Amino acid sequence: MTRVKNLDDLRKMRDQLQSKTNLRDKSEKPEDMVQIKVAMATCCIASGSRDTMNFFVDELEKRNIEAIVTQTGCMGYCYAEPTVEVTVPEKEPIIFGNVDTPKADEIIEKYIKGGEMVDGIIPVNYQKID
Amino acid sequence: MAYKMHLLVCGGTGCQASESAALVENLKKELEEQQLDSFAQVVMTGCFGFCEKGPIVKIIPDNTFYTQVSPENAGVIVSEHVAKGRRVDYLLYKNPEDNTPIAESKNMNFYKKQIRIALRNCGIINPENIEEYIARDGYLALGKVFQELGAENTIQVLKDAGLRGRGGAGFPTAIKWELTRKNEADQKYVVCNADEGDPGAFMDRSILEGDPHAVIEAMAINGYCVGATKGLIYIRAEYPLAIQRLKIALNQARNYGLLGNDILGSGFDFDIELRYGAGAFVCGEETALIHSMEGFRGEPTLKPPYPAQSGYLNKPTNVNNVETLANVPVIINKGPEWFNQIGTEKSKGTKVFALAGKVNNVGLIEVPMGITLREVIFEIGGGIKNNKKFKAVQTGGPSGGCLTEKDLDISIDYENLIAAGSMMGSGGMIVMDEDDCMVDVAKYFLDFTVEESCGKCAPCRIGNKRLYELLDKITKGKGTKQDLEILQNLGGVIKDTSLCGLGQSSPNPVLSTMRNFEDEYHAHVHDHKCPSGVCKSLMTYEIIPDNCVGCTACVRVCPVGAITGNKKEVHLISAELCIKCGACMERCKFDAITVN
Ligand SMILES: Cc1cc2nc3c(=O)[nH]c(=O)nc-3n(C[C@H](O)[C@H](O)[C@H](O)COP(=O)(O)O)c2cc1C
Ligand code: SF4
Repeated sequence: MTRVKNLDDLRKMRDQLQSKTNLRDKSEKPEDMVQIKVAMATCCIASGSRDTMNFFVDELEKRNIEAIVTQTGCMGYCYAEPTVEVTVPEKEPIIFGNVDTPKADEIIEKYIKGGEMVDGIIPVNYQKID
Repeated sequence: MAYKMHLLVCGGTGCQASESAALVENLKKELEEQQLDSFAQVVMTGCFGFCEKGPIVKIIPDNTFYTQVSPENAGVIVSEHVAKGRRVDYLLYKNPEDNTPIAESKNMNFYKKQIRIALRNCGIINPENIEEYIARDGYLALGKVFQELGAENTIQVLKDAGLRGRGGAGFPTAIKWELTRKNEADQKYVVCNADEGDPGAFMDRSILEGDPHAVIEAMAINGYCVGATKGLIYIRAEYPLAIQRLKIALNQARNYGLLGNDILGSGFDFDIELRYGAGAFVCGEETALIHSMEGFRGEPTLKPPYPAQSGYLNKPTNVNNVETLANVPVIINKGPEWFNQIGTEKSKGTKVFALAGKVNNVGLIEVPMGITLREVIFEIGGGIKNNKKFKAVQTGGPSGGCLTEKDLDISIDYENLIAAGSMMGSGGMIVMDEDDCMVDVAKYFLDFTVEESCGKCAPCRIGNKRLYELLDKITKGKGTKQDLEILQNLGGVIKDTSLCGLGQSSPNPVLSTMRNFEDEYHAHVHDHKCPSGVCKSLMTYEIIPDNCVGCTACVRVCPVGAITGNKKEVHLISAELCIKCGACMERCKFDAITVN
């Protein structure tokens, strides 16, 4: 049984438990953090997009980056799957193609953390409608 | 590893009635079958408030808000949304103005002006899991009170915040706590009033169902501040789901050492017991509630002595409402300045209302004090149903009054509602349109108070009955000018001479409708007419001779044989026999029947 002994204990417990529910708070204000959308149609899944998504969620958390990872339907770049759209606060969204886990790692380290460009950007030829 | 997606399903009483429990089971099964159960998690939460369109499913992190989801929809939600990230359009809420789907709740008019403080966890956490409460700063306020603030500073925080009672009277919470604290005794009690007798109000139930730990934590804080080691929750037995969630929550809190002996190493002992009420409105009055818990008849007694002086078992007792308590932990965590910048000068924070009646969006809403009735009814409520005309809004339930068009722009707070001739009450808000007869509405509320009066004092027991009879007479077209005067006088006497708040406020619906809808009373009394066509006794069904072809269809359909006439001759309705059921009018193909 987990008896909470004092305030510090409670705080520690909260910090550990937070990762289980904080997605619900983060989703209220996605524009304040890094947003990643992983295309997740049947063909994308077949080319490994779910692994990519899982990798992003788990690694961003481990590396303490405030981010929210969602999935969307097909983005239309089926030649470059898995495709991922990354929006860093106050920057334009960028779409990357062929994002397997090593590529995802590079995106996190170089683009999200360092602000450097990474290969594999798909030029945007469409207007986003919300 | 944490789940990447959360499917929040409303598990409030309303949505459970529409099979949300089966929906949860089906979603879990589908996730398992499609091997997504380590990716997404199904969470049964408390009420989202949008009960009109339940059951609700909200998908995190993309915030999609599905309405009226049936257990059969589980398959498509999992295979389309969870698996492929495609929203299921036909389950989205449709904007009533242009029928376009709205995917996220924050873009719905119903939610735009709401601020959720008392309901902060409802619809977000699983109320049956203490860990989800702790993850959202649960019990942190209690720890801070023990270790950082102490009792007196905590009371000061509530004073600075300006928190007032949400159970009806709006009494400053900090002052009540201070009074109970100052009264010395070997034993003191804190009581949570979860009787919620106002017809149509269900905010207290929803808080207990959706976030029971918030109330438990607040009661422990309350106990520490006033020096009480025992808490009691008085809850009506008609709330089985709230009771069940409370029991689960109490057990979890005990297991985690957040109730019981030496809580969080503070040396403070505190535990809570449940007491069940039989659902009498008067037992929500604090002295009656205390007597009911003591095993006596649920009858009010004179104040003073106030419960803070001599309450349960004649010991100092602090009684607070569920919603009042739900505000306490978050005020302590976020500070009084955060709270008191919301609201008006004298009424701080938010109030939860149960919006009901003739509006498009009925449900539970939490709005900042100071919002106008117009914003609540026409923006959050989405306006009047079927494009009818707004007529009145009753706030404060059977103790409140009717407000009209001219009051729509007053900002809602305790003082303004009283100045306008109504009151905040516990947060019932019933909207009426042109088809409602105000005399009939007043009669409805009086019927309720006559039924619920405990009978202890004569003005309320006998006076309200007489008021009811007079109203009944008026709705039957037999009222006189003198009756209107008697209503006024008697109403005043009942208010002045009744023992408790029930009788002191029960004439309000009559007096306020008489003030605001004088014409309507006169129409009933002088012209024997009900302008809204509600009071049946005042209607007459007649045949328009020019239109009647003598087909005998109406003669055959009339259940009491009130229509006479031969084939191809103009028929006649006997006013004496007619029971005004309207069957003839529905049947007639030639528009030959009118109602006056
Ligand atoms: C007839 C009557 C019914 C009441 N019903 C309730 C009720 O159902 N729930 C409630 O919290 N307070 C009710 N009250 C108000 C209580 O007497 C008391 O003022 C309140 O519980 C104090 O808590 P608060 O200061 O947190 O509002 C009622 C009062 C009267 C006169
Ligand atoms: S006012 Fe009515 S409810 Fe209150 S004590 Fe008198 S009879 Fe009972």
